[in-house]
Parts: sequence; C-alpha cells; structure tokens
Amino acid sequence: MTEESPEPESPVRATSPAPKALTEGGRSPGANLLRRLEPLVISLAALLAAMLLFGLFLACDGLNPIEVYGQMFRGAFGTWFSFQNTLQRAAPLMLTALCTALPAQLGLVVIGGEGALVIGGLAAAVTGLAVHDSSPYAVLTSMFIAGAVAGGIWIALIGALRAYRGVNETISSLLMAYIAIALLNHLVEGPLRDPASLNKPATRHIGDANMLGSMPGLDVHWGLFYGIVACLLAWVLMKRTVFGFAAAMTGGNVRAALLSGLRVKRLTILACFLAGAAAGLAGMVEVAAVHGRANASLVAGYGYTGILVAFVARQNPLGVIPVALLLGGIGASGGLLQRNFNLPDASVNVLQGILFMVILAAETLYGRLDVWAFARRPSVEKAVSAGAVA
Amino acid sequence: MASELGAWGVPLAIVAGAIRVSTPFIFVSLGECITERSGRVNLGLEGTLVMGAMVGYGASYLSGSPWLGVLAAGLVGVALGALHGFLCSRPRVNDIAVGIGLMLFGTGLAFFLGKPLIQPTAPRLPAIPLGFWSHTPQVEDALRVNALFILGALLAPAVSFALRRTRWGLIVRTVGESAEAARAMGYDVNRVRTLATMAGGFLAGIGGSFLSLFYPGSWNEGLSSGQGLMAVALVIFARWNPLRCLFASLLFGGASALGPALQAVGVTSGYYLFNAAPYALTLLIMVMSSSATRTSADQPAELTVAR
Repeated sequence: MTEESPEPESPVRATSPAPKALTEGGRSPGANLLRRLEPLVISLAALLAAMLLFGLFLACDGLNPIEVYGQMFRGAFGTWFSFQNTLQRAAPLMLTALCTALPAQLGLVVIGGEGALVIGGLAAAVTGLAVHDSSPYAVLTSMFIAGAVAGGIWIALIGALRAYRGVNETISSLLMAYIAIALLNHLVEGPLRDPASLNKPATRHIGDANMLGSMPGLDVHWGLFYGIVACLLAWVLMKRTVFGFAAAMTGGNVRAALLSGLRVKRLTILACFLAGAAAGLAGMVEVAAVHGRANASLVAGYGYTGILVAFVARQNPLGVIPVALLLGGIGASGGLLQRNFNLPDASVNVLQGILFMVILAAETLYGRLDVWAFARRPSVEKAVSAGAVA
Repeated sequence: MASELGAWGVPLAIVAGAIRVSTPFIFVSLGECITERSGRVNLGLEGTLVMGAMVGYGASYLSGSPWLGVLAAGLVGVALGALHGFLCSRPRVNDIAVGIGLMLFGTGLAFFLGKPLIQPTAPRLPAIPLGFWSHTPQVEDALRVNALFILGALLAPAVSFALRRTRWGLIVRTVGESAEAARAMGYDVNRVRTLATMAGGFLAGIGGSFLSLFYPGSWNEGLSSGQGLMAVALVIFARWNPLRCLFASLLFGGASALGPALQAVGVTSGYYLFNAAPYALTLLIMVMSSSATRTSADQPAELTVAR
C-alpha cells in the first residue's frame, strides 16, 4: 500500500468511479450500455466454461454431466423446498462475501471471513446466554450487536495491522481465521461447555423462544433479509457516498489518495470493520437461526465460499446477491449428488475451485474483446494497461 | 513415560517435533522462496501441499514404493505450479487471487480424488535411527529422522548457492528485481516466473508427500491445517533467504510441537490454544518483521505481497 503497485488491481480498477465520470458524458448511450454489459457477459461465459470443465471432469469419472447438472438444478432451484434451502444457504454467503468485497474497494484482499464468522457467532452465543431471560427481541438485538461488533473488531485488527505495520492482510486474515477456530474449540471444550453436550461439545442453547424466526410466508430465516439489506447498504455506501469515493480512490492509487489528504489508515480500518461486521453477523445468524448454540458446526466453510462469491461478483456488493444464490444452490445440491451419483461431498469443492480459476483467468478478457474495444476508456486505460502488459 | 525425564521431556519433545514437523515447512518455504525471488507470489502452495500428500500416498499405495510417491507428489506440484504460472502470465490476472483460487481448487480436488485412499495403508518412508548411541528411548525416538528432512536441510544451502552463484539464479533474481531490466537483456519474464513457480510447486508437492508418507503418515482430509500458508508467511520472515527459511522452519516445527508435547506430560487444559501457537507466532513474526513505511532491502522489488 505504501507504493503504487505495478500491476493493476483489476477488480477495483474496473469499478473505480473516477475514470467513468471522465468519459461517461462524452459517449453515446449504446457504448455505455455495452460497457456495462461487459462484466455480465464475461462472467456468464466464464461460468459456462467452468461448467464445461467440470462436465469433462465428471465424464472422466464415468458420469453423464447433463444428468448431473439436471439433478443439481433440481436440487438447488427445482422445487419450492429446495429453493428455500438454497436461500437459507445463500444468506450467510452474502454476508461473508461482503467481508472480502468491502476491503477490495480499497485494493485489499481479505480472506479471513471464516474467522470473523466464528468470532461473531461465539460472541452472539455468549451474549444470548448472558441475557436469555430478557424478552426475545432484546436477546436477539443484543446478539445482533455483539456478533457484528465482535466480527468487526476481528477484521478491523487486520486492517490496523495493515495500516500501521504494513502486515500483508491476505496472510494475516487467514492466520486469524485459524486462531479464531482454535479459540472456538478451546472455549466450547472448556469454559463455555454445556455439560449435557457429550459427543459434540457446544455452548448451552440460547432457548427456543429466543431463536431467530422465519420471514413471513417463507420457510427461510431472517438472515436472508439481513444479507440482502447488507448488500444493498454496502452498494450505496461504496458507489454513492463520499466514503465510497474515497475508498475507490485509495484502491485506484494510494499515493494520490494520500496526497489529496484522505485519511487512508482510518479508511482502511473502518472498511475492515464493516467487512468483519458483515461476516460476524453471518455467525450470529447461524447461531440464532440454525444451531441455537455455538459449536464446531459454525466452521462450515461459508467464509471460504464467501471469498469465491466476492470474486465471481467482481467485488460488486449488488453482484454478490445473485452469485450467493448460485453458489448457495450448488452447495444445497451437494447432498443430492452424494445420494444419487455416489459423488463425494468434495465434488462441490472441485466445482468451486474450477469456477474460481476460470473467473480469475477471464479477468484477462476485459477490454480485449473486439465488440468492446471501442467502448473502452480511450487514453487513460490504454496507458495503464500498456504499462501493465509491457 | 515422561516421568523418567521429568520436565526435560517437554524441550526434548519440542526438539523432536521441530525435526519431525518442520520438514514440510522447509520444502514449502524453499519452494516459495524460489518463486518469490522471481517476483511472483504463489499463495496456493497450501493446495499444492494437500494435493502432493494425496498423490504421494496414492502412488505409494499403488506402486508399493514410497519414493515413487514422493516423485509423483513433486510432479503434481509442478503441474499446479504450471497452472498458476500460466494464468498469471496473462495480462491483468492477479497472482494473489490466483493463489487463493489454487488453494481451494487443490484442496477440493485432493479431497475428491483422495476419498478411496482414506482406508488403505500405503508403505511409508523409512526412518534413519540417528539416536542409536543413546539408551534413553525418548532420545532415540526423537532422533529417528526421515531422509526427506536431511534432504531438505541440504537443499537449503544448495538453493542459496544456486540463487547467488549460478547463471540461473542470477536470471531469476534479475526478473524478480526488475522485469524491465530482464526484458532488456532478452529474457522472457513470464517464462522465467512460470518456471520458478513450477520449481516451487515441485518442492511444495514433496513437502506434502512427507505429511502422508511419514508424519502423521496417513491420508485424511484434516492432514494439513494451513502449513502451506504459514510457510508462505515464513518466507517473508526469512527475508527471502533460503538458509533463514531453514531456521525459521525449525522454529515453526518446534512451535507446532508445543501442544502435543505439553499434552504428553499431562498439561491438557489449553490444548487447542497451544495448537494455535504456530499461527499466533506467524502473526507475531509478521507484525515484527513488516513495516508500514519502508520495504525490506532484501525484498524482491517486483513482489507485491509485502508492501
């Protein structure tokens, strides 16, 4: 962060508002529409390519890919029941994806959402147990605040280390995730253990009356609402406020941001706090709506899948919503694949890994397809990308 | 068992652990060292490590020779390194992001393909009893050293020599310090970096085979818990010097052995916390060795991970 990186931070650059403001006025509406469609078309093409590769993989395993995909679609979106299952899984993914997408606006790669989720869930469970005699609303509100604040502080620490000590945030956030999981295991095995939980150590249950219920008309808990609202708020914050502009400016060029008097350190820590708060909220939802207690079930990989969601959505908070639905659907269909095709549960991980690699490889296509060549920003972009390619 | 040695059992167990646990750290950090000296970061070595463990175990089981397993693990590491190198050679593709992708892809693929390998037992690598002179069983046990450890310990000065004193090393360092200068001299920067990443992948794969073929010595999905990632952080701590990588790996091996060692003498209360010691130590070391205002003089100038 102290020096300008020679290679462009691609996800951030493409969405940074500064060059857009420069060019948008002087171009025909058609070209602008095309330019806006570019990420959508490239992402969909990458998705298709990933499905093709995974299909080949399945074919090597002696399975009919079309049959498997058909089953996956049915398992994810086919019936009302399976769709609600997908929604249920998408909710924490939206929140953990924000944990990567928000710092990404500043050019930071934070991948420790799993840790913030665990800490948020743990804090929510402890708080819920401490006040479980109050009214359910008071219990849930205090759990909400505790989860978000604990997760926020967890990631804000990473931001502070980055800002004040120059510690690489990617590595430190993942290390902190391992520490968070160890802390969870220590606490549920020792001081916080419910004596009644024999084979799977856990904290005591927060009480059925205090659980987070379902949304009206749905069999899906309120976590989905939290997730969608958080994504919308994050989008407004990053694209329509001064804070978001400052973040995008920092992500585009740290030196310019510093020279314009932006308080980059404070910005970094604040963005990391919000990111961690989102993931911590995911942990609170898992405790309050699904498990009712904090235990090792919190470590279900939502944090890691959230990284993938953020990258597929190209760090756009609005894009996170549909991508989380898609990946939630893939996760929801995993059990069906296991039962019907005898595929190991890791097949979902393979598909996710392939998708991740293809999406990153597709990053190179931006601005290189002929259809979009004329719609690109002319002088600025060329100079920058020439510098990167050369 | 520990009563005979009393409190001395703990430091002995830590030394034994340092020797036993450090081997994958040595290989992965040396590999990452080569890659980073060429100016690229491969965060995906965690995936390579797990993949190497699975393939090494599988190849040893099928062929009956653990050393063939080690070779196969190295080769699969080369393949994953080539994938990383190829993707990062495309313009606008970020090496850190590809590393994260490779981490998920490698572990996912290893879990998928490794499902049938959880049950069977593969022939393991033999140990060399260097503790034959002692009559204390703990000392003998501690000095039952694997050949891969010795290989790794010899490899560190060899890599150091290769980087400093050979033509290839000079090319790698030039590419890592200034891509412009290397290009002006007629070297294909992306090719050198891809080759360096493949070499790094080879070593990381071998490090993985140690996990499944010697210690702990079986294949399961919880085999690696971030060793590959810690090794990457360790390269920053070792300031891109292969010899320092070796010493840092030993230090980390000792830290990883702290939890089991204390458990062996009866301290069980903070087992999970002591297991977190290596992660906390890595973090602490990163905090101490980084700086917000200046970059280390030893750092390859083309590297993005430590700024």
